[in-house]
Amino acid sequence: MRGTALSVRGLRKSYRARGAASATGSRQVAAVDGLDLDVERGEIFAVLGPNGAGKTTTVEILEGFRERDAGDVSVLGEDPARAGRAWRARIGVVQQDSRDLGELTVAEMVGTTARYYPRPRDPAEVIDAVGLTEHARKRTRALSGGQRRRLDVALGIVGRPELLFLDEPTTGFDPQARRSFWDLVTSLRDDGATILLTTHYLEEAAYLADRVVVIDRGQAVASGEPDGLGGPHARTPLVTWLDDGERRSLRTDRPTGAVARIAHEVAAPDGEIPGLTVTRPTLEDVYLDLIGDGDPAGNEEQR
Amino acid sequence: MTTSTRDSVSPVRTHPLPGPIALGLVRMRVELLGFVRERDAMIFIFAYPLIMMAIFASVFGGEEQVFDVGAGSMEINFAQYFLPGMVATGVMLSSFQTVAISIAVERDDGTLKRLRATPLSALSYFLGKVGQILLVSVVQTVALVALAALAFDVPMPDGVRWWTFAWVFALGTATGAVCGVAFSTVPRSGRSASAVVTPVVLVLQFISGVFFPYPSLPDWMQQVAQVFPLKWLAQGMRSVFLPDEFATVETAGEWQHLLIAVVLGLWLIAGLVIGVRTFRWRRRDDG
Repeated sequence: MRGTALSVRGLRKSYRARGAASATGSRQVAAVDGLDLDVERGEIFAVLGPNGAGKTTTVEILEGFRERDAGDVSVLGEDPARAGRAWRARIGVVQQDSRDLGELTVAEMVGTTARYYPRPRDPAEVIDAVGLTEHARKRTRALSGGQRRRLDVALGIVGRPELLFLDEPTTGFDPQARRSFWDLVTSLRDDGATILLTTHYLEEAAYLADRVVVIDRGQAVASGEPDGLGGPHARTPLVTWLDDGERRSLRTDRPTGAVARIAHEVAAPDGEIPGLTVTRPTLEDVYLDLIGDGDPAGNEEQR
Repeated sequence: MTTSTRDSVSPVRTHPLPGPIALGLVRMRVELLGFVRERDAMIFIFAYPLIMMAIFASVFGGEEQVFDVGAGSMEINFAQYFLPGMVATGVMLSSFQTVAISIAVERDDGTLKRLRATPLSALSYFLGKVGQILLVSVVQTVALVALAALAFDVPMPDGVRWWTFAWVFALGTATGAVCGVAFSTVPRSGRSASAVVTPVVLVLQFISGVFFPYPSLPDWMQQVAQVFPLKWLAQGMRSVFLPDEFATVETAGEWQHLLIAVVLGLWLIAGLVIGVRTFRWRRRDDG
């Protein structure tokens, strides 16, 4: 089943800057500044961007948690700002910060949440899928950070959502848990769910996402398949070497020829080029290029 | 504002949403499990009036309280005088304090936000709270009255008075609950919720004649207490558990049932209006 799962045109949202009121009134800061997005049904779509780029604001508008200032938004054919219970039964939400766990057990939490939905998954199967079966009878306050996060995911998928929002879902996971979580997300997609993922882990986006968008300062700065992001030029291999102790670098589409040429010029008596590296930029390198590495504005608190 | 752009697929309607009443019952079970497993709640809300009753009645149990009533003076078992105040306190703790603290905590820790993302309706959420409060305060009151009757020989009222008890109890619980919803926005965080709500409840207990005979409180204190519902709740409970002659001990010289209903009713409406207007699923600092 193909079609558009969600579509965003010209989305805008400003906040009053905290503690920055001037004589003319408080200053408005744009968190999302004219964003366009299209997510197809059945794909995993990753939203990347530094802290404060507007990722969470965007996602929370799509989830119906926040009002927008301007723009057209359609999520599963409805406007999230006005959608009701029937619409919320079709989405699943795994929020970024949750610490609301208490005296109920894992099985009770998942079982109860399943009751809210018209066509839930089997709670025991969901608990098994996130790897919490052996902790099912444990009170949720006794779970470790990674286990809590997996419970969040279980609560997000137990309603059998058509569209699942995952806001930085694997924060605090060990590599093994992350890998099995990736398998879970992939299997959800294979079952027909659409997944909108925000993440800080570029290798996560590279592994999972069918398409990614990079947003910075509330605007999309690049989008496409993870392998093609930033255009062909962004993936040009980089050759670096030491010349008289000084590191030199060269971007070239023909690294083999470049290495041969460099060898001819600077190779040591034994034929080796000192400190030679040949790297193909990863998604992370491309991403850091796109958002302007080390931009101080990128360190603002995420909203 | 804006309009939605396009419809891609019409929603599947073959599976109806669960009804709000059924979900209210699901929520009630969640609330009850959370309440009975929370040690703080069980001690400071459920057991507190029982403990106070046991302590005060044991300490002063042998003494008869002497009151000037009508033509002469009348003696009464201390436990009998203490019981209505403890019943009123229990109702206030189980409704107002429970709701104010739990909603403040649930808003702060994201429980409400998580629920907001599901098809659960606000109606079901509040039905769950109401069900939990009713069950806890009924069990608490039954235990309190049974303790007074069995351990301290407090005479039980006759049939007609139980009707008075029923409406004062129901109105008091409802008023406490909606005022709790309204008050839940006052604490700035979940951690401070207990610290903000508990002193309010404690001060009200002292000035509303729960621990001391109301008429013996200073005038100004009575004036202040009259504004708040606990004074009237306690007075209503005194009219149930004390002999009729004690009406003359009240400041007004009578039980004032109509006024009790009016004041509690006004607080109920005020709490409802403020609660509906100020209730929010999210923290203040969360957009």
